[in-house]
Amino acid sequence: MSEETKALESMIGEEYKYGFTTDVEYEDFPKGISEDIIRELSSRKEEPEWMLEFRLKSYRAWLEMEEPEWFNATYTKPDFENLLYYSAPKKRPSLDSLDDVDPNIRETYEKLGIPLEEQKMLAGVAVDAVFDSVSVFTSFKEKLAEAGVIFCSISEAIKEHPDLVKKYMGSVIPARDNFYAALNSAVFSDGSFCYIPKNTACPMELSTYFRINNMESGQFERTLIIAEEGASVSYLEGCTAPMYDENQLHAAVVELIALDHAEIKYSTIQNWYSGDENGKGGIYNFVTKRGICKGDHSKISWTQLETGSAVTLKYPSVILQGDHSIGEFYSVAVTTKKQQADTGTKMIHLGKNTRSTIISKGISAGESNNSYRGEVKIGKKATGSKNYSVCDSMLIGQSCGAHTFPYISSENASSSVEHEATTSRVGEEQIFYLMQRGISEQDAISMIINGFVKDVLKELPLEFAVEANKLLDIKLEGSVG
Amino acid sequence: MLEIRNLHAVVEGEELEILKGVNLTVNKGEIHAIMGPNGSGKSTLSKVVSGHPEYEVTEGTILFEGEDITEMDADERAHLGLFLAFQYPVEVPGITNKTLLREAYNTIARANEREELDPLEFEDYLVSKLEIIEMKDEFLNRSINTGFSGGEKKKNEIFQMAVLNPRLSFLDETDSGLDIDALKVVSDGVNKIASPENAIVMITHYQRLLNYIKPDFVHVMINGKIVKSGDISLAEELEANGYDQMQKELA
Repeated sequence: MSEETKALESMIGEEYKYGFTTDVEYEDFPKGISEDIIRELSSRKEEPEWMLEFRLKSYRAWLEMEEPEWFNATYTKPDFENLLYYSAPKKRPSLDSLDDVDPNIRETYEKLGIPLEEQKMLAGVAVDAVFDSVSVFTSFKEKLAEAGVIFCSISEAIKEHPDLVKKYMGSVIPARDNFYAALNSAVFSDGSFCYIPKNTACPMELSTYFRINNMESGQFERTLIIAEEGASVSYLEGCTAPMYDENQLHAAVVELIALDHAEIKYSTIQNWYSGDENGKGGIYNFVTKRGICKGDHSKISWTQLETGSAVTLKYPSVILQGDHSIGEFYSVAVTTKKQQADTGTKMIHLGKNTRSTIISKGISAGESNNSYRGEVKIGKKATGSKNYSVCDSMLIGQSCGAHTFPYISSENASSSVEHEATTSRVGEEQIFYLMQRGISEQDAISMIINGFVKDVLKELPLEFAVEANKLLDIKLEGSVG
Repeated sequence: MLEIRNLHAVVEGEELEILKGVNLTVNKGEIHAIMGPNGSGKSTLSKVVSGHPEYEVTEGTILFEGEDITEMDADERAHLGLFLAFQYPVEVPGITNKTLLREAYNTIARANEREELDPLEFEDYLVSKLEIIEMKDEFLNRSINTGFSGGEKKKNEIFQMAVLNPRLSFLDETDSGLDIDALKVVSDGVNKIASPENAIVMITHYQRLLNYIKPDFVHVMINGKIVKSGDISLAEELEANGYDQMQKELA
């Protein structure tokens, strides 16, 4: 077995081995949420007045909103009063190198043994490691600075690049967009900020790690990526988290802005703790992700492999405002045991000759429930626009569920929308068929799954793609029969 | 080549015996036919011999080329040269016929320390086999059995047999659902593949298939056992008098 597989197996396997918490002293911060707490939070982060205003406005909006209940999933509602909205490791370093990181935190990362991180360190991929609520480590700043690329934590960006943040934060996902976006806008802790200047291709793939470490800590990450005219960037998001009895909430907001001829590729491998045998203790992943193709001929691609969390609700979307802009969504969502996922995308065509492609592959096994919810909207002025959607579900075994909720609306007669959907089942008969032809059981399952998802995985950056395949194999081991 | 001794088998987890003491010997170069009424256990026999996990052997042994394969995994039996042409071939989406065959061929070659073929070599090899069963090459790039008619699925089984070149093949009701033309094509294919080096066991209800693929031996299976063996004239007798009559005679 290769080192990588070993690492992945220990990361993901039947028994989630990361049932530990790091003994890092946490700053004293009260639980619950209120205007006072938000002021305190903003003050500890040393934020300017306008940022506090943004938070307070969002908080007030949140108070007027109701928690949404239309998802095809059942779960215990988060207890907002009992969450800790701020957690930072006591020693807050300004880091130039790994040596400056709190040794406990470093040990945590070593224990996690994330191969990607190591590889990135060696291969020159910048890593912005978010430890709970505060960015701990940012690397390779110099190389990026040479290219004029800004890649730092949101907290830092608020201080160093306030104009950019003011201009773009909340422009794609306003606080009032939805309940969780409002909450995030009020109490977001940290996240990545990325700015690519005109006509610049970001010289390396950018990546973020973070980890929910404190029990009952709500993780509210906020990411903002801006690509100026002619700029391009590929961003990788991948994370892991330890075991708890209390469900943990993760309500991130990710905003992408692409101007004329710019391109943003956002890839995610998500494998958070999904709960024990009874589905207890897993992460709630309620994320709002949206990109706007603001400029003409711009392009935004969302590529994701979602395999973790107890409950996943996310719909990475693209608003195709610029003429000739392109939106893409490639997704593999895997649910096993008792996981539930209600995920999908929205492609909103506003500009002329805009294109969108949706390829969604859902795999359900065990007693899980996997729903795809997609919306394709062609606006009145979106002349000559096209959408192509493929939504395939694969059921493994007899007790799982797969659902599709497509919403298509078109107000422009010159546009075309194609939607294809298939459902198939993998069972003992398929496995036996392949075995009778000489293929081992393990390889048979692997072949079937990989064949099913290859249209999506080929869109992932190469290093992610290899991990993705292995992650799938491991996740689905033993799920047939 | 194949020796089945007193084989008893049940559906895994159940008590009702489906095979109640089957005895059968098949040698190199022979073509056998096993006939019997519905529920006699004919198809089950082919599944048990190929190692289907749904069944459990409760007594007896299966020897293949002298090796006891009774407890062996299905893929290992395939490596030894065993092939089953399924009665109801399943669809396996996401994997093309070509990929399946290449993986299968190379896995079996590897297990037997024979040379594997790279994709280009394999492509040539595949194409050379297409004419055996009159298949068009566009089938190769389709997902396994996806969108195939019943007849096409059966042809695909024989095509796979041609490609994998097994030592012993069980053809489980290969003729069912085939029209005359398809039957001729399939039979021609089987006849081309049959050689003094391999052996074939055909499972069928009807005598018709045996007009096209001439068996050396015919066995009658009733109620989980092979009750009578003979040559082609036995098949003709069955055709004339039916299974009931034979059962009465034997009682």
